[in-house]
Amino acid sequence: MSRPLRVLAALSGGVDSSVAAALLLDAGHDVVGVTMKLWGGAQDSGCCSVGDVEDARRVAQQLGIDHHVFNFTDDFAVRVVTPYVDDHAAGRTPNPCIECNRHLKFDRLLARAGQLGFDTLATGHHARVVTDPDGRRRLLRGVDRAKDQSYVVHMLGQGPLSRVLLPVGELTKAEVRHRASALGLRTARKPESQDTCFITAEGGREAFLGGRIALRPGRVLDRSGATVGSVPAVELVTVGQRRGLAGGGGARRYAVAVDVGAGTVTVGNRDDLCCEGVAVRDPGWVSGRAPSRGAPVLVQCSAHGRAVPARWEGDGVSFVRPERRPAPGQAVVVYDSDTGEEVLGGGTAA
Amino acid sequence: MAVYLDHAATTPVRPEAFEAMRPWLTSAFGNPSGGHRMARAARRAVDEARDDVAVALGCEPGEVVFTGGGTEADNLAVAGVVAGARSAGRPWGAVCSAIEHHAVLRAVEAVDGRLVGVDADGVLDLGALASGIGPATGLVSVMLANNEVGTIQDLGAVAEVIAARAPAAVLHTDAVQAAPWLDVATLARPARLMSVAAHKFGGPQGVGALVVRSGVRLEPVLRGGGQERERRSGTHNVAGIVGMAAALRAAVADRDTSAARVVALRDRLVHAVRDGLDGVEQTAAGAPRLPNIAHLCLEGIESESLLMLLDSAGICAAAGSSCASGALERSHVLAAMGLSRQQAQSAVRLSLGPTTTVSDVDTAAAALVAAVRRLRSRAPARG
Repeated sequence: MSRPLRVLAALSGGVDSSVAAALLLDAGHDVVGVTMKLWGGAQDSGCCSVGDVEDARRVAQQLGIDHHVFNFTDDFAVRVVTPYVDDHAAGRTPNPCIECNRHLKFDRLLARAGQLGFDTLATGHHARVVTDPDGRRRLLRGVDRAKDQSYVVHMLGQGPLSRVLLPVGELTKAEVRHRASALGLRTARKPESQDTCFITAEGGREAFLGGRIALRPGRVLDRSGATVGSVPAVELVTVGQRRGLAGGGGARRYAVAVDVGAGTVTVGNRDDLCCEGVAVRDPGWVSGRAPSRGAPVLVQCSAHGRAVPARWEGDGVSFVRPERRPAPGQAVVVYDSDTGEEVLGGGTAA
Repeated sequence: MAVYLDHAATTPVRPEAFEAMRPWLTSAFGNPSGGHRMARAARRAVDEARDDVAVALGCEPGEVVFTGGGTEADNLAVAGVVAGARSAGRPWGAVCSAIEHHAVLRAVEAVDGRLVGVDADGVLDLGALASGIGPATGLVSVMLANNEVGTIQDLGAVAEVIAARAPAAVLHTDAVQAAPWLDVATLARPARLMSVAAHKFGGPQGVGALVVRSGVRLEPVLRGGGQERERRSGTHNVAGIVGMAAALRAAVADRDTSAARVVALRDRLVHAVRDGLDGVEQTAAGAPRLPNIAHLCLEGIESESLLMLLDSAGICAAAGSSCASGALERSHVLAAMGLSRQQAQSAVRLSLGPTTTVSDVDTAAAALVAAVRRLRSRAPARG
């Protein structure tokens, strides 16, 4: 190893970030732990509950490193929760984890790490950063394909990547847990967080949104425009959704369009859900440069979705074969076409 | 070696308190509620401690209720007076200042109480108090000195407003921060109830007292064996109570010299910081304040970053209060004083104590100046 780095390790209270900090400590770096307080009070479940902060603190104690808590609730409300609510109100699919990474972890926290004199910020994401001989950074999928989180960190450009370490991206989840057990970390067997951290298990999405926006019943239309059913809240329907939209005939029906203004959900069969391509808003690129127009790429439209062959068209992607339509608002992440390992960049489905 | 400037959070146990406690944690371990010789010895220790505490706080021994700390004393005062008034069919509405410690604030909220605002220096708005209370008010709680900014309230003036507007109301004061530094026996005389916490004046953590003047009707919060004249059940924390009394005696004995020494150190600290930095605002500068608290707002600074740098430089300081997760909370005190969110988030509280030295404040001032300069020179680049 070259000189030891001063590392600020973001500890979420989960096993991955615990092991990330442990690995860096092991490698001889000077590590300080930090947990972001993002939301809510003592009862809240999710990634920033008091229980998780406690787990993070206990892990730091076990590792023998200092631990601090930063209160970023103000930014989280503005940058993550408000857009989440607004997206639902407009019939778009929100990406709270991506927005949190974009604005909180890899912006506000990273900036503060720099201000405090840390060389780098470490997180527990399953993705890899590699440095080319010319110093350019590339962002790769995590070694454990099933746990790969490159999708949710696709917004990282050269600036942030030069100041970020993702050590568990080199490990499988089983190795992470093994490592945590070997160190006796209390998070070793902790189940993974699944849901949106600010939505409680009891109330769910409906209760959360219901307290913030008017949820209005909507009509379900078929492709010809005929009313074939109803939904209790049009704001809660996502393009591609099947649940709650079943017809009488037994055929599977999918939401193919949501119009919150008109209060309608258009349904169709699986073919109706397919499209030739999708326009991408606000694309950003890891290298700083977009692929050339017409370049073959692989495209992934959900965190654990399949990457499908496509071409980059300058303002969107065209699929090689018709693919299931990404819901407006979903992140469209572009990978290299050779191996599909490298994140090129991404944006938001229009 | 750390420089400890967080005495308002807690302060080291005085040697005389520690020595006084020792027997009650070792050979003399009786439960004062029992009937045998070991119990009697413990009972006597608690009774003598009660006498000492009563003298220091300016009340009768029978008016002292030992509790498990300041928060419990505050909760007992608010919930106990409100419940007592309700059960007697008397007015029970609760009112407190907007800058109370959470122990009072949350207790008052729990009985649907109301808040009264303060001015820019944290001084209670007596006009707002007058219009905020009335015949339905049963309890008014106003802290003698604030834990964040140190502002001292004139309880005599508060009591006059209460007498004129809400004759049924009793006045409670949280004197937790005042007790180490002020003559609370005199200054809190207008109040019918007063809370103190041992660990702020050199006693151990986890013990406190509520003074309840005779004639105040108080329902217990903790029910059980009927200790403390049915006002607070639970086995006495004998060592803690003895330690509190010893600490309080010592604190009262050297209060005036200690306060004079500490105020000089505090001013030396503030001057050094102001000499080294622009954009330093001393909070509550226009009000009478505790001698040991320097509360500063530092333009362009985020407290969390500053405290972390100070910590790594070995300086223990604070800023407002923390929530359950350990994150800094937005200060309700500074918000009530009308500070902007940005100002409030730039605050640091350095609180001195009897053990603070000239070298401590000089080291802290230099570290603070260096940390603020560093943070200002590296304003976070975002995006």
